Amino acid sequence: MLRVLQSCIGIAFAGSFAHAQLISRPVPPPDAVDRGQKQFVVQCGSCHGANARGDDNGPDLVRSEIVLDDEQGSLIGPVIRKGRPNEGMPAFDLSDAQIQDLAAFLRERTQAAINRNAYPLQNLLTGDAKAGQAFFNGAGRCNTCHSATGDLAGIANRVQPAQLQTRMLYPRGGRGGTPAKPTTVKVTPRSGATVSGTLEFIDDFTVGLRDAEGYYRAFSRDSIQLDIQDPLAGHVQLLRQYSDKNLHDMLAYLVTLK
Amino acid sequence: MRIIFAAFVITGALSAQPLDPAKLLHPPTDNWPTYNGDYTGRRYSPLKQINASNVTTLNLAWARRFTAGGGRGGGAVQIKATPLEVNGILYFATPDNAWAVDARSGRELWHFDWPTKGGIHIGNRGFGMYGDWLYFETPDCYLVSLDAKTGKMRWNHQIADVKQEYFCGPAPMVIKNHIITGVGGDSLDVPGYLESRDPETGTLQWRWNTTPRPGEPGSETWPSRESMEHGGGMTWHSGTYDPELNLYYFGTGNPNPVYAPQSRLGNNLYTCSIVALNPDTGKLIWYYQVSPHDSHDFDNVETPILIDGEFKGQPRKMLAQAARNGYFVLLDRTNGKNLVTAPFVEDLNWSKGLDAEGRPIPNPDKEAKPDGTLVSPTEGGAANWFAPSFSPLTGLFYTHASESYGLDWKTDLSKTPEGYGGRNQTIWMQNLLQALDYKTGKVVWSHRYPNQGGNRSGLLSTAGRLLFGGDPTSNVFAMDPANGKILWHAGLHAAVSNGPITFELDGRQYLVVGAGDMLYAFTLPGN
Repeated sequence: MLRVLQSCIGIAFAGSFAHAQLISRPVPPPDAVDRGQKQFVVQCGSCHGANARGDDNGPDLVRSEIVLDDEQGSLIGPVIRKGRPNEGMPAFDLSDAQIQDLAAFLRERTQAAINRNAYPLQNLLTGDAKAGQAFFNGAGRCNTCHSATGDLAGIANRVQPAQLQTRMLYPRGGRGGTPAKPTTVKVTPRSGATVSGTLEFIDDFTVGLRDAEGYYRAFSRDSIQLDIQDPLAGHVQLLRQYSDKNLHDMLAYLVTLK
Repeated sequence: MRIIFAAFVITGALSAQPLDPAKLLHPPTDNWPTYNGDYTGRRYSPLKQINASNVTTLNLAWARRFTAGGGRGGGAVQIKATPLEVNGILYFATPDNAWAVDARSGRELWHFDWPTKGGIHIGNRGFGMYGDWLYFETPDCYLVSLDAKTGKMRWNHQIADVKQEYFCGPAPMVIKNHIITGVGGDSLDVPGYLESRDPETGTLQWRWNTTPRPGEPGSETWPSRESMEHGGGMTWHSGTYDPELNLYYFGTGNPNPVYAPQSRLGNNLYTCSIVALNPDTGKLIWYYQVSPHDSHDFDNVETPILIDGEFKGQPRKMLAQAARNGYFVLLDRTNGKNLVTAPFVEDLNWSKGLDAEGRPIPNPDKEAKPDGTLVSPTEGGAANWFAPSFSPLTGLFYTHASESYGLDWKTDLSKTPEGYGGRNQTIWMQNLLQALDYKTGKVVWSHRYPNQGGNRSGLLSTAGRLLFGGDPTSNVFAMDPANGKILWHAGLHAAVSNGPITFELDGRQYLVVGAGDMLYAFTLPGN
């Protein structure tokens, strides 16, 4: 039973929501990127696509080896000025500054493709709010612990949909939301009175809690009985039950709570 | 004065000695001469001086800190390398850095620092060794050979272009006169490959591409030249070798673009596969794809452990892997025929079940979508590169594992997506240590860590009837491998970050583990 209880413990999760930027090389100044983009769209876009990802008439440049190995036009410059007549690419008479701007735009494009943590999420709100409400009050049994007019009132004003979607599945605190309820624990030593509090640390050997007076107490686990109550156990249970439609409907419902 | 002191250290009792290649063919005892200790990948030691009856007296012999090799996007220093131990000297690496230290004291003998040109500094798994020479890979994708006696560089060769978004870090595999190197990097759809180089000169001997080129076998599993030439399939972890069959076994990484597979319809060979190559020629002998048409970043690089044992009443030469996608697979390693496929964690919702060859069938409904798909396991998988172990004493395959859920969002809906083409967020994770019956894949016992923190520790089993590993709260432990009962533990300053090793030196058995930026050595008290 202890093992079953332990499986649901909601101790702070090691994974971080704060993703690192993954760019591998510096992105040039925005003004150079802007100039390069305008020039690219006019002079290159008809073959390589406005976003440099290729078209039926010309190859993708974002994954081009020449573009990736380029430094401020060092490799793309000669290609632009000489063209590739055999492949249908004409020569362009561009200045050094213009080529550097094009190189700046292409570098920004490659880094945007690489930096997956900055990919914008889109169109999260595809669900049926009424179906979500029904799930909230029905199969999901969310209303056992939560209330649309209580703890979740106005949640959509405080939490953006992307964050709301992940926190709905498993809340971990964060700005704007109600802090997740702490896991509570009762420790009963072989001799002595039971001590209760909020769980602060646990591994296979030690359990630590903070009691009602604010004191931290730690116990060796080989000489105690342990009773752990995780208020997030229901969220873990739901992870195994959700269909994707359920979670899209739920998000559609929660964003109506303003 | 410094020079005199240095000369004393190097030429004294600690003089490095060449590695006898025969050591690679037997279970590790006085040496731990390769990433997994021997070619089988079992991480099983026949040593039993430290055993179930005395492990409670196991004591710290020494602990040393090594502070170089962190940062540059890789975070704090993490010793992910499994050290080699050869004739009393430990050799290990962190990104851009390599050391030789006295295995009796942890004293540094030399330190090599590589001037980097960039690359993702996520980790280095350590050295390969050939005679007096050491080989390791750098994040900017150079194969560097060092003289084991001095740490002086002999040569370096670029093995991939860091500007194309490759980065490198696996421990090179040494098979006969072949130094086999792999590459990593799935940010921008570069193709994966494996190379073999000459141990004396570093000259290229052969290259095997993990994705076919047009017209080659396997190209029928890709829709276009563009898709296969940008199809990923990295080779970022070293494998195992059967000298009798002369086959090198390893796992390949995920296909690209990662979460947006619409431009690569098909099974995408040979990504997410276990492959067997002839190490003399680089020719593919057989393959088994564990995650056909992956769209969840389930790199299939987890160690394929070689098991010689009984299966359905017959002696078989087998290969077992606990894959990142959550399935345990057992193959006949002579021909790649599937013997067992079984889930080792619950609720693998990315899959609809198994096909006639035991291969998991992906569930297209669980591919990433713009509004999010709830997928189990999440991107990090049910297992990962953390070293598993197999004990012939118990017949159990041990792996650290996790049950988890994550959201996959597709962000690139175009006909020609690039890079990841989507994102993932882990929602919840439960760390486990799973002990599996290799004959069925069934979980014989399971240890659920009470804390949800991540766990990167490898495992080690021994003839002393012990299973060593680390937990998420910075303990190194020894378990009874028959049932998972914890017999001993010690608190470290950080969680175990590599695979524990053991070896005998001066009549004493040592246990050495890396945790963050430190190595810890344990041995029994007395003599």
